[in-house]
Amino acid sequence: MKAVITVLGCDRIGIIASITGILAKTNVNILDISQTIMQNIFSMIMLVDLSGMNCEFSKLSELLTKVGEELGVEVRLQREEIFTRMHRI
Amino acid sequence: MFNGNEILETIYMISQENLDIRTITMGISLRDCASDSARTSCRKIYDKISRYAQNLVKTGEDIERDFGIPIINKRISVTPVALVAESSDADNYAVFAKAMDDAAKNVGVNFIGGFSALVHKGYTKGDALLIKAIPEALSTTERVCSSVNLATTKTGINMDAVKEMGLVIKECAERTRDRGAIACSKLVVFANAAEDNPFMAGAFHGVGEPECVINVGVSGPGVVASALKNLKGADLGTVAETIKKTAFKITRMGQLVAQEASSRLKVPFGIVDLSLAPTPAIGDSVAHILEAMGLERCGAHGTTAALALLNDAVKKGGVMASSYVGGLSGAFIPVSEDAGMIDAAICGALSIEKLEAMTCVCSVGLDMIAVPGDTPASTLSAIIADEAAIGVVNNKTTAVRIIPVPGMKEGDVVEYGGLFGRAPIMRVNPFSAEEFIQRGGRIPAPLQSLRN
Repeated sequence: MKAVITVLGCDRIGIIASITGILAKTNVNILDISQTIMQNIFSMIMLVDLSGMNCEFSKLSELLTKVGEELGVEVRLQREEIFTRMHRI
Repeated sequence: MFNGNEILETIYMISQENLDIRTITMGISLRDCASDSARTSCRKIYDKISRYAQNLVKTGEDIERDFGIPIINKRISVTPVALVAESSDADNYAVFAKAMDDAAKNVGVNFIGGFSALVHKGYTKGDALLIKAIPEALSTTERVCSSVNLATTKTGINMDAVKEMGLVIKECAERTRDRGAIACSKLVVFANAAEDNPFMAGAFHGVGEPECVINVGVSGPGVVASALKNLKGADLGTVAETIKKTAFKITRMGQLVAQEASSRLKVPFGIVDLSLAPTPAIGDSVAHILEAMGLERCGAHGTTAALALLNDAVKKGGVMASSYVGGLSGAFIPVSEDAGMIDAAICGALSIEKLEAMTCVCSVGLDMIAVPGDTPASTLSAIIADEAAIGVVNNKTTAVRIIPVPGMKEGDVVEYGGLFGRAPIMRVNPFSAEEFIQRGGRIPAPLQSLRN
């Protein structure tokens, strides 16, 4: 199962480190990552593979939301299908 | 691989433009819950709903979390209760509403639809008892919704039922006068009712439906409105094209959620209802879409044409995005539940007559309209008759959900809060239809019903 992690908010040091730290601990593999900064808004999109994940989806989602709150950015974890279904036939 | 802009577009639609799945509605057949004892029948109804829907709310919440899309309501529709209650010894069917309400509370859904009767050609004993019980049922329960289908293109209009429903609505209002006649907001009078409609208050599980089914209603007026804001000055062909593309994307979400819910609950997927359902939230209004097309206010001349374009484009965009489309599938125009409609009614741009014209080209009908408390029952019946005629002649579903608020007059505003919003009391034509309504009988099916 694949999922997309998005991070939106003000840029600061340590965002990627914090997110990837959680992914390493939960055994989630990063397949692709891209980031841009537009008008000081930081956006990062990460495609991850959850097949080896060692916790529940809800647990991972909770961990990511929590770290987002600490960093002052919005972090979302969503199953990949919502994006592929909306934009691909 | 994935495209960053597309991902951000989806996230923006959800977080900024109120894109959501409006409802996952589980349809449950109660046909095997009939019994000669009302007590036994009510117990069977309670047990069956509790058993079938025990995981509905949790599954909805799981899907919401996994995909990051809000699912606003989880609801239940059941077989029209008149059909189930009819075999019983009960002479007051309010006990069945109580059983439905208790079951809905038990499984945690906010509404349960199906305290209903289908009387388009005439009443059975059970239909008559059910309609009689509607005011008590809706004023003593919290979550039960009721509907009555009193006309179809095939059968014409049952004017005896039209006459009675005017009185039933008045009694519903009277019994809940201390709560702004809230009972009326849970009662829909239909022509050509859809058997698989997932939206309340008019949802019921039709007789041709399977044992249990999942229907999904999508929403997203805010997404359409903001797509149009970028199109200032573009011609209407471009407008239609943009609405189509947006509707496609919205509906794909509905299809995904419907399939997911169906497989997790192990219940067959019925339909996706392609409706634009507004809420009182800012940025979630159908009226604002029409205004984004260039009308100063919803209700201005041109509104019917703009709505026709919108309704058609939503269907064209949505139909390819879902494998099974059904229900009401069209833009809703409930006055009290749409910030733009409320403003338009308050400033005098929108009248009941204009709304009636608008219902010719969209789903569903005169919806959540508050009128003065002293409106005669025969006038309410006449409003129902007009809507039914539009539905019957045009082969479409129409409905009336009207609220004569006791003690209120034109210009007042009744506040409900939550999804029901607030309703300005609208002007009703003061001339009488009493004699016409008193005639009763049945208006014959129109020529267009003879298709064979």
